[in-house]
Amino acid sequence: MDVNRIKKDFPILEKEVNGKKIVYLDNAATSQKPRQVIEAMDELYYEYNANVHRGIYRFSEQATEKYENAREKLKRFINSKEEVIFTKNASEALNLIAYSWGEENVRKGDRIVLTVMEHHSNLVPWQQLAKRKKAKLEFMDIGDDYEIKESELDKIRGAKIVAVCHVSNVLGTINPVKEICELANETGAISVVDGAQSTPHMKVDVSRMKCDFFALTGHKMLGPTGIGALHGNRELLEKMPPFMAGGDMVVEVYQDRSVWNGLPHKFEAGTPNIAGTIGLGAAVDYLSKIGMDEIRKHEIEITKYAIQRLEGLSGVSLYGTKRMERRAGIIPFNVKGVHPHDVATLLDEEGIAIRSGHHCAMPLHTRLGLDATNRASFYIYNDRKDVDKLAEAIENAKKIFSEPPATQR
Amino acid sequence: MSDIYQEFIMEVYKNPLNFGKLEKADFKAVSLNPLCGDKIELYIRLENGKIKDVRYTGSGCAISQVSASLFTEFLKGKTPEEAKALKKEDILRLIKIDLSKNPSRMKCALLSLEVLKKAIL
Repeated sequence: MDVNRIKKDFPILEKEVNGKKIVYLDNAATSQKPRQVIEAMDELYYEYNANVHRGIYRFSEQATEKYENAREKLKRFINSKEEVIFTKNASEALNLIAYSWGEENVRKGDRIVLTVMEHHSNLVPWQQLAKRKKAKLEFMDIGDDYEIKESELDKIRGAKIVAVCHVSNVLGTINPVKEICELANETGAISVVDGAQSTPHMKVDVSRMKCDFFALTGHKMLGPTGIGALHGNRELLEKMPPFMAGGDMVVEVYQDRSVWNGLPHKFEAGTPNIAGTIGLGAAVDYLSKIGMDEIRKHEIEITKYAIQRLEGLSGVSLYGTKRMERRAGIIPFNVKGVHPHDVATLLDEEGIAIRSGHHCAMPLHTRLGLDATNRASFYIYNDRKDVDKLAEAIENAKKIFSEPPATQR
Repeated sequence: MSDIYQEFIMEVYKNPLNFGKLEKADFKAVSLNPLCGDKIELYIRLENGKIKDVRYTGSGCAISQVSASLFTEFLKGKTPEEAKALKKEDILRLIKIDLSKNPSRMKCALLSLEVLKKAIL
């Protein structure tokens, strides 16, 4: 994998911030977009823009073909042999399950099991569903190694829904989702995997995982914002009522009733994000061309290097497992005596973009006893030089905060 | 040298003013900035209708803490009505840093104003 060649496909990485070339290390929040993705979307608007599934004319046929092609590409990419529904993001995909399947099937006293490391998007929809249904929400805890404790998996037995992140957006922990889904299937729970942080970075095989549902988002995997997807078990989806009603999700409409369209259209009401979907298709092409195993290898290498480099800095605490087979390219850290927001602002002055705060995972921070953390997260265009710049900038932040004030010198 | 973390700011950060609690406070409130985990608890004591003593406790980033230090000092001698009438610009003038390029940090700077408005209803 040639990082220097890849970098050339991302015009934004040439930009300067505060007079310095941008070092983008906030990939867990969103990725940058290669020229190929931007151009695929431009092409629609310049060359053949029309609404999909409607017009009996050239442009509409062309747009529909590209739109449905993107679906096929994505299905191949995650090895879905069931259905893939386009949503606006992973949150919408997860809400779709919570509202459509949850409303019909969850009863008082039922248990919904999550992990303590969930992003708010895979927590709040279930929390609200539990409130509406008087169901119980339970969390599988982590051990000192920041991985789910083996014994906590027992909570899955007898649960109605098990919803877990494939990769934690804070810790970078890769959860044993195959084992979790198998246990859920055996014990009669439906399994939901939030793949927002895994799909961009490793080979995802939903058929092998045997999950009932898998949510992902396009903008973290080189695609545009506003497009996500839900892979779902066809049998379950068939039985589920629509999440949103409107155009395109119906085949017959009368004044007093409607007949739903077939899958996946039943869950795609209204004009979809056509350009976004085509952009996501182009992103899938781009990632596939490099190869997900290559990407994973590159990220393990850079993550290992970053852990080693930052561990060497005094006053820097790192969190997350060191078992690389269970670790994605996300590094949460704190700098002693410097609040994460101050670290992030000082790094920004050096042109380095990291995230600071609770990263939409407040319960995890509470569990860890931390108000906030810094987070550096890597992708295909990052290299060791970026890690070196990060380490230097952290040293600089430490220096600014450790120098005694003038009056005490 | 950093644009934001100038010597003046770092000096106040390391030597906070009015840090602590007041046992007998006439006004008291707490505000959180959930985005950062910043927290400021404010205590105000009046004498002859004017703010005699102000203290704050809390934790958070340098900007929120420095702003609280300078702001509490500024409040002394003001009537609650005068304090209540204070605006965003007043607090930004006190901390003397340009946050125009860092709008996300504005909330940190304004946290002590928010807690004051909560305290003096």
